Formats: sequence, structure tokens, C-alpha cells
Amino acid sequence: MTASNAVELGRLGLDQGGYLLIKHALRTVPVGSAIQVSGESPELAIHLRSWCRTQGHRIDFLSQTSADHAPIAIIYRGGAETGRWVGAQSTGDASMPQQHAPACWGLAGRSATVEAGSPSFEFPLNTRTEVWAQEVARLYAQALAAQWNPIAAIPWNEPFDLPDEIEDAVVQVMTYLIENETAALIIPARFAAQIHPHFREVMQLLAIQAADEARHIEVFTRRALLRRTKLGLSTAGGQASLKTLLDETDFTLSGMLLSVLGEGSFLSLLSFLHQHAPDPVTREIARMVSQDEARHVAFGVAHLTWHVNEQPSCLDRLAIAIERRHDMLANTAGLNEEVFDALILLAAGSLQPEALRAGWNKVQTLIADMDQGRIKRLRKIGFPDSKAQSLSALHTRNFM
Amino acid sequence: MTKPFLLGAVAYDAKVVTIWDGFQRWFAQHDFAFDYMLYSNYEQQVEGHFSGHFHVAWNSPLAWLQAERIAVRTGRTVKAIAMRDTDCDLTSVIVVRQDSPIQTIRDLRNKTVAVGASDSPQATLIPLLHLAEAGLEPEKDVNVHRFDLLVGKHGDHIGGERHAAKALIDGRVDAACMIDGNHLLFAREGTLPANSTRILAQTAEYDHCNFTVLDTAPIEAVARFRELLLSMSYDDPAVRPLLDLEGLKQWRPGRTEKYALLARAIDRFHTVDAFVDKVSNACR
Ligand SMILES: [Fe+2]
Ligand SMILES: [Fe+2]
Repeated sequence: MTASNAVELGRLGLDQGGYLLIKHALRTVPVGSAIQVSGESPELAIHLRSWCRTQGHRIDFLSQTSADHAPIAIIYRGGAETGRWVGAQSTGDASMPQQHAPACWGLAGRSATVEAGSPSFEFPLNTRTEVWAQEVARLYAQALAAQWNPIAAIPWNEPFDLPDEIEDAVVQVMTYLIENETAALIIPARFAAQIHPHFREVMQLLAIQAADEARHIEVFTRRALLRRTKLGLSTAGGQASLKTLLDETDFTLSGMLLSVLGEGSFLSLLSFLHQHAPDPVTREIARMVSQDEARHVAFGVAHLTWHVNEQPSCLDRLAIAIERRHDMLANTAGLNEEVFDALILLAAGSLQPEALRAGWNKVQTLIADMDQGRIKRLRKIGFPDSKAQSLSALHTRNFM
Repeated sequence: MTKPFLLGAVAYDAKVVTIWDGFQRWFAQHDFAFDYMLYSNYEQQVEGHFSGHFHVAWNSPLAWLQAERIAVRTGRTVKAIAMRDTDCDLTSVIVVRQDSPIQTIRDLRNKTVAVGASDSPQATLIPLLHLAEAGLEPEKDVNVHRFDLLVGKHGDHIGGERHAAKALIDGRVDAACMIDGNHLLFAREGTLPANSTRILAQTAEYDHCNFTVLDTAPIEAVARFRELLLSMSYDDPAVRPLLDLEGLKQWRPGRTEKYALLARAIDRFHTVDAFVDKVSNACR
């Protein structure tokens, strides 16, 4: 018997973790082969006996008491542990996911070995084509590094004084933003729970995206209530537009409508608010939120680009989804008048006719800017110029 | 549809349903029609067995002895056809606190010993026999504190032993009785911290549950049932979770010689006499 086949427990009891040494030694010998155990813990013989029984190892006792470190028992390795891993499944490579993740891999991390007979989990989003993006690991790391604390990042106490109607306009825009951010939280949160954990980076990215949106809801709410006790108006048309986003159950189509077109348009809106908002708090909020939104748009574009690249016919589905949403919203008001007017007022900063003219022009520029952004991203995904233009024109008047 | 081979089992825990549902599925995959019925206690099950309600009983060692004695009285024969590998060669231990002045069994005179349910072979009957045979008659020479959880389940539920162990640690009793494996288990779960207790005595070996059939059971079906049981492999992912739940690695052929210790205990304490009388008379 070699040294590795002999376990000297000394005074370490099995009830103090001593069985780990025995397990370790048993793993070094083939099933059916023996190891020797010696030790002086008073309960050792009793514990060895019951432990071997439950683990399925045969045990022969040499003597009941151990003198001079003489072995007290011989344990013959049973087949249960190796039996447990017969037919176990490899879940692929740690660095790159497989094309298809089976339900029986369950919650196991990528590259873990999964015991046969483990329960199946029905994660509907289980193929690389439909969920993956080239950039996803980098975008997740970036998102993690760029988390910000609203208390420290926003100059909440910076003094400003706005005319009542301008403050009202800011509150109305915040009211509109809050409900849009709420949709933007619910959608990735829901998909995060449907992605097979094999595509861990996508699940993680969606989770942090939902956390970003939670923060956006918070800062917009806090700005709205900075000088007022309640929010402004929420319109049926605005909510109808958001409802079509929530009703879209296809991950790729949702990515198109929410991230590429919706959040893409929001980038222009946030840049508008950063430049033209009448107070320093709103301007800084817009700047911080816009950094997060840029990542959301980047993932949407990366994911869609990946999917179209893997499956070019997907472009037709995307176009149909945009057209269908347009048709569904054709009879609604789209962007509510209150929001539109509020944007003009907010950019004007006063009710002076010259200021209003300037505000009006800035909103026209914003709308053109949104259109250009959408066309650029649609082309990036793979739509030809003319199609990108016509699809952008169909985008909801609610912006999101 | 062929009539299924019927098993009787006691529902000592909700997992019993998972276990036998699982075995039913596994047997069906092997073209063996199997079903089961559950009893809330072993006495009902033993009576049901003699009334012909099912073909094979999953019996506790005490239920086996009850069935064996009723069979002798009524001119029937019983057979143990299979058992768990983990039910062979068990022992029970009597545990005291590490710092207790009690050094030998005789020091337990006039002290209080915690046991499990009154019908638990491992936590009550066999340890109390051990004391009695060492000269300490329970209730007379030594006080017995019973943790009578779930009587009728024959100690299958671990609760009574755990309560006894806690009472020992809390200083409410001087010693506690349990199956050997539970001393290690209670250490692992923190009920008995390492080094807080000392094993005062260990009983002789005994066996636990078995599958019991009476002479009226259908011979071919019993043989097929036993053959399938013995063929179950821990390597098979379909059956492994069930074996894990039921706490075994492999089914073994039944044997009955190691119920002698428990038989001696119930002779001494008259544990099952009235029940055996009642069922035997009813069968006659
Ligand atoms: Fe957002
Ligand atoms: Fe977003």
C-alpha cells in the first residue's frame, strides 16, 4: 500500500471534516480498490462505519482501537461516485457559447459538467443566432464600469429659477420620460428571464440594462418633483405606443423596435435636453442618462447585426414588424401634444415670441436628427438606403 | 390492462409520493405494471397486508416482526425479498455530553435518557434493550424521556432523534439515543457540535426495512419485481434521484437474521403483543 492509499487522520474526527481526506484518498484508487485509515478520534470507528454505509463503500475493521498509528480500517471504494457521472454532459467551451443550449443544461455555467438526469428548464431563447452579439462581453464590462450614483452625479442643489410655465414644461417632459423608461425596464427584465443561462453575457447585460433604467426612472422622477408635488399628464396615445413594445414577444423584433429605433431616437432627445434644457439639473441628468442609453443602443445594433449576419432573411421580418407597429398606431395620436409643446417651451426658456421661434426650430432639428440617427442604424444592420429611409419614416411619433 | 402489482408503504414524509411515483414510472418503462397505496401508520399497513389489500409491503423492521408473528399465529408464511444496502448492519449509540461525569453505562442509574418515538427501533427499543441487558431496567433504574413524534411511523421520521439530541445539548437530559449515522449527521447540521458529545455505548448490529410478501402474493410478479429492484443501478440517471431520495445505492436480497436484536427488545418490552393478538384473532 503506497502513502497515498493510507489516510492518517490523527485526532481529526469525521465530524470535523475528516471524511474529506478519505474521499480524496479514495479518488486516487480505482473502484473496488482499498485504502487504509488510521486515527485516534474516539468516535472514529462508529463514524467510519456509518459514513461508508451511506457512501456505498465497503469497510473492514482491523481493530477497534488504534495503537501506534496502526490502521484501524480498510475501505474499498464503491462505484457510486463514478456511477453518478456516467452519461454526464459537457456544456461546451467557457469562452464561446454553443449554437444551441439544451434544456437539460439548466442553470449550469458554461463549460460545467452536468449530471445526467438533472431537471430540464424551458428557456425559450436558447440559440446563439437569436440572442448573441459579438460585442456582448465587452458591453457588459463597460456597463458595469460606468454605473453611477444619482446622489453624487447630479447637482441636485444647484440653484436655478424658472418661470412657472417653463418649470411645468420640464415636469411634463419628465412625466413622459418616466413612462418610457418604465417600458425600457420591463422589456429587458422579461427577456433576461427567458435567455438560456448558457448565454450568460446576454442575460447579465439585460439585467444591468434593467438596473440602468431603474436609475433613469429615479432621476427623472426626482427632477419632476424638485419644484412640484405631482407629475404631469400621461396620454392614451403615448401609452398605446409603449404597449405595442411590451406586446412584442420576439426578442429580435423587440430589440429592433425598442433599442435600435426607440432608444436610438432617445439618444437625440437626450442630447437635445442636455443642450437646451433651461436648468443645470435637467441638463446633467440628460448627459448621464445618455451615456447609458448609448450602450443600450450599441447592444441592440450589435445583436441585430449579428442576427442578420447569421440569418439574412431576418431583415424581412424586421421590416414587417416596423410596418405592423406603424399600422397599429396609425389611429392613435402618437406623441402627445403636451409633450411636443413642452419640448418647444423647454427649449425656448420663456414665452417671448423670439424665444418661441428659436425653440420651435430646435424641436424641428431634433426630429430631423432622430430620423437621421434611425436611418444610419438601419443601414448599419443591413437595410439598403431607400428601405432604411422608408422604415425610419414609419417610426412612432411617440419617439419610443 | 393487466392488474398492477401493488405495494403498501407508509407516508412518513411527503417525499414518499415522489419516490413511489418515480418507481412506478421506472417500472412502467420496464413493462412492469406497478402501483402503490399509502398508509398513515405501519399498524394499518400490516393489517391491510393480511387482509389482502396489496401484494408487497415496504416494512419497517418492527412491522416486519409484527407481520412475522401474526403469520406464525395464523399459519401463514412471510418472506423478506429485498432491502436497501444502507439498512444492513446498523447500530445505535447512546451519547452523553463531552463534559459529563457519566463514564460507563452503570453511571446512568437514576439519570434521564432521551429516546425517540416509542415505536422507533433505532432510537428507542434497541437502545433501551441495551440498557436493560446491562442491568438498567428502563423507567425503573433509569428515567426515560420520550420524544414521541409521529407514533405509528416506527421512527422513520428523524424528528424524534433530533429532539432527543437537542435536549442533550440543552442539558435537559443526561444521555440521548440515536442511530449511529445520525451522530455524524447531527454534527454536520450543527445540532451536535463537534467535540460537544461523547459516545457512551454502541449497540450490537441490526437491519432495518425490507420488502415483505405473504404466501398469497403472485409468485411470478414477486419474482419480476425483485429482479427489477436488484437490477436498478446507481449509474442510471433515471433511477438515481429515486435511490438518492430513498437513501440507498443498491437494493440487496432480503435477509432476516439481523432482526433478532429487535425481536429480543419487543419480547422484553411487550411492544407489539396486543397488536399481534388483535390482528391474529381477526384473521382467524
Ligand atoms: Fe433609459
Ligand atoms: Fe435604455
